[in-house]
Amino acid sequence: MAKEYEMVIGLEVHVELKTKTKIFCNCETSFGAEPNIHTCPVCMGLPGTLPVLNDKVVEYAVKAGLATNCKIANFSKQDRKNYFYPDLPKAYQISQFDLPLCERGYLDIETESGSKRIGITRIHIEEDAGKLVHDDIHGTMIDCNRCGVPLIEIVSEPDIRSAEEAKAYLQKLRAIILYTGISDCKMNEGSFRCDVNLSVREKGTEKFGTRTEMKNINSFQYVVKAIEYEYKRQIEAIEDGEEIVQETRKFDADTGKTYSMRGKENANDYRYFPDPDLPPIELSDEKIEKIKTTIPELPDARKKKYMEKYGISAYISEKIISDIDMADYFEKVATLAKTPKVAANILVGEVARLNTAEMFYCPISAVNIAKLSDLISDEVINTSTAKKLIARMWEDDSDPVLIVEKENLKQINDRDFLAKIATEVIENSPKLVSDYKNGKQQAIKALMGQAMGKTAGKANPVILEEIIKKLII
Amino acid sequence: MSLDLIKRSVSEHIESLKKGEYSSRELTDAYIAQIKNTDSEIGAYITTDFETALKKAEEVDRKRQRGERIEPLAGIPCAIKDNICTKGVKTTCASKMLENYIPPYDACVIEELKKADVVILGKLNMDEFAMGSTTENSAFKTTKNPADITRVPGGSSGGSAACVAAREAAFTLGSDTGGSIRQPASFCGVVGMKPTYGTVSRYGLVAFASSLDQVGPLTSTVKDNAIILNTIACADKRDATNIYKSQGDYTEDIGKGIKGMKIGLPKEFFGEGISDDVKTAVFEVAERMKNEGAEIVDISMPSIDNALAAYYIISSAEASSNLSRFDGVRYGYRTDCFENIHDLYRKSRSEGFGKEVKRRIMLGTFALSSGYYDAYYKKALQIRSIVMNDFENSFKKCDFILSPVAPTVAYKLGEKSKNPLEMYMGDAYSVPVNIAGVPAISVPCGRGEGNMPVGAQLIGPAFSEKMLYRAAAVLEEVSK
Repeated sequence: MAKEYEMVIGLEVHVELKTKTKIFCNCETSFGAEPNIHTCPVCMGLPGTLPVLNDKVVEYAVKAGLATNCKIANFSKQDRKNYFYPDLPKAYQISQFDLPLCERGYLDIETESGSKRIGITRIHIEEDAGKLVHDDIHGTMIDCNRCGVPLIEIVSEPDIRSAEEAKAYLQKLRAIILYTGISDCKMNEGSFRCDVNLSVREKGTEKFGTRTEMKNINSFQYVVKAIEYEYKRQIEAIEDGEEIVQETRKFDADTGKTYSMRGKENANDYRYFPDPDLPPIELSDEKIEKIKTTIPELPDARKKKYMEKYGISAYISEKIISDIDMADYFEKVATLAKTPKVAANILVGEVARLNTAEMFYCPISAVNIAKLSDLISDEVINTSTAKKLIARMWEDDSDPVLIVEKENLKQINDRDFLAKIATEVIENSPKLVSDYKNGKQQAIKALMGQAMGKTAGKANPVILEEIIKKLII
Repeated sequence: MSLDLIKRSVSEHIESLKKGEYSSRELTDAYIAQIKNTDSEIGAYITTDFETALKKAEEVDRKRQRGERIEPLAGIPCAIKDNICTKGVKTTCASKMLENYIPPYDACVIEELKKADVVILGKLNMDEFAMGSTTENSAFKTTKNPADITRVPGGSSGGSAACVAAREAAFTLGSDTGGSIRQPASFCGVVGMKPTYGTVSRYGLVAFASSLDQVGPLTSTVKDNAIILNTIACADKRDATNIYKSQGDYTEDIGKGIKGMKIGLPKEFFGEGISDDVKTAVFEVAERMKNEGAEIVDISMPSIDNALAAYYIISSAEASSNLSRFDGVRYGYRTDCFENIHDLYRKSRSEGFGKEVKRRIMLGTFALSSGYYDAYYKKALQIRSIVMNDFENSFKKCDFILSPVAPTVAYKLGEKSKNPLEMYMGDAYSVPVNIAGVPAISVPCGRGEGNMPVGAQLIGPAFSEKMLYRAAAVLEEVSK
């Protein structure tokens, strides 16, 4: 019998904080400026310059820690991570090694198989590096605008067991960060970057396999693809009797494959040591409490509210809160709609399907979504009509009540009329009827389809199905 | 006239300029003449900028004529160790690596001097990146001891000490990581202060060992030294390790004597390795201070013997990281031909740094490497806190400590440059001060072998500079 495997994943997420100024100097942090505009002797690492920690960075990182249930350290320090690279002007990155700002937190995720708690090992602060720009004429050039932009690195426990869980974790984490307002979390601008650590082991065993690391994957979709590929690759390697090498692998979005990056970089000894230019970070309990009061309502609080107040499922609630814009939008609709649960389904279902952007987007006004929701919950229209309506509303935000009136799209609930239609369909399709009688459940769908067609899709599907079934038996 | 001018102290200049006995222009001309006369032999300067200096002097003279309010130090010519950044003026750290490096900003201490309208004559020779005890590690020139030009001026601030001793500036700034102000001051017979860590901003001082480095003044008298510290010590938000605590005017207590003060003589500072002439000179000055009403207390600081080893681990570890930025990518020396980025790094650094710097980088890199960190760096930090405790306990028994600065007087050029370990041993009395972060001043206390100056060191608790100057003034007086 073939062996069963499971993947073990830990994620490291780098989030750029949207403080006005950089972590150790007064330069701006804004994205997209001309190269080397937002620089000064300090972030360029010129001889003689010294770093001075921006208090806002600590405050923001503590917010992230509190929002993810971490213990906040009363005493932490900053360390130098030494390595040579042209985008790192000081040839060391100021980071945190053994005493991070936040430790031992968690967040709860929701997948189709239920809810799960993912541990957070630590959150620490550090500075971003610059950017190398390659050009055929000039060769490689260095843009130091990003040097010293503050980052937090959020390291998860190896609690994740599937690509779906990884995606759910990232979505939840991003939602939490966005709610706290400490970052834009724009993956395309690099303000939310993900490294995946993945190993494979036989199901039921305790011991972790050797892990590989895939760095800087810049979309959730790629994270899923990279995980799926790397999982398969590792299993195949193990089955072939190969040893997994602990290494950094590059995910290529074009091929969907991961490639070994073996080389000198992997042999780095970063020679961490406490940065003598920076005194330890000391935070009193009072100060931590004070920061706590500035954190707005978080995703899980909203989720709980949706579940308790509106009877919305955990899964749907999670989907709504995973995007603060969707959650805000939903809350507007919820005050207008008779049954917010129905409105929630519209947002998570049709609206999400029509939206092709990564972030929540809906051109339909909350009032009209609420009206549509009421049409459904009052059983004025059926779901297939609702789908058609919303596609039209997406174009011009038209009032669904008026369309229904004008185009007579109301659901047909008239049992006699529906029975007549059902009888016709049954008589014309003896094959489907006998199929159904022989236990082929699918056949009823075909019959329903035909009957629906005859009512221009307006029949009440529940009543219709009930009648068809009754007539056949 | 000019020879007479340059022999005067800073405090005399302040008075004379105020009275109009001579102008700042005349004073500056006098120092420039002296530099032109003697520096080809002494070799204190790496860079001179007489044009800017004279412009500044004339500006101050005009201000004075117009009766504008000016700072006491206005118009007095000084010179700066070449590891302190000066905007628009080369700051080389006496390294081929930074041979043509021009900083785009002024160090905090330079800003303070400029605010005070001080005249800056130029930049001074040193051991490359402040690593060394003789200034022989300069990539550009050898500086000679003005007391005997066959001998070293000490280091790493050898240019700063020789400059003051040769009267090529009224005062100079140096930096002290393990004795680099005090030891050359001792060798050249001038006064040098290493202030409490954090008193003077390090912003703009090219870092050697960040947790030990301090900028301080070198002067011909104790009072001058206090005057300069008044100007350069300040609170600076750009240096997170700056812990400036105002003690008022540092000159205030000079002249009050030392009656009733307790002077600690730690036996570990007079043990093996110290030469007889130095020992005799320091003991004699102790005796004279006793005659001034001070009490001599014999103390013991057992941790001192380990301080040197801890110092070379900590300073080299920090240096290995601080000097990593000199990689040939953005500024500084870059090798002529290279195949790839690693080749660029390797060649630029191999060619751009001198031997001693490379030795320390390798030592520090090793000490921080995984697997060795605990045995070296961590242990050194533990010793550091023991040394700090030792000082703290000592200052319960005495007001300040008296010791030699270095075990010998200035030795011959080339004498020790082939034996780094022997040279390191010469730092044994000065490095514990940096390890503990406390202030110490080197004051000439007599003559030793070859009629060379001997320096005595007064060490006080953190932020006791004012008291140290008071005691040092007595030491200076009784040594005359």
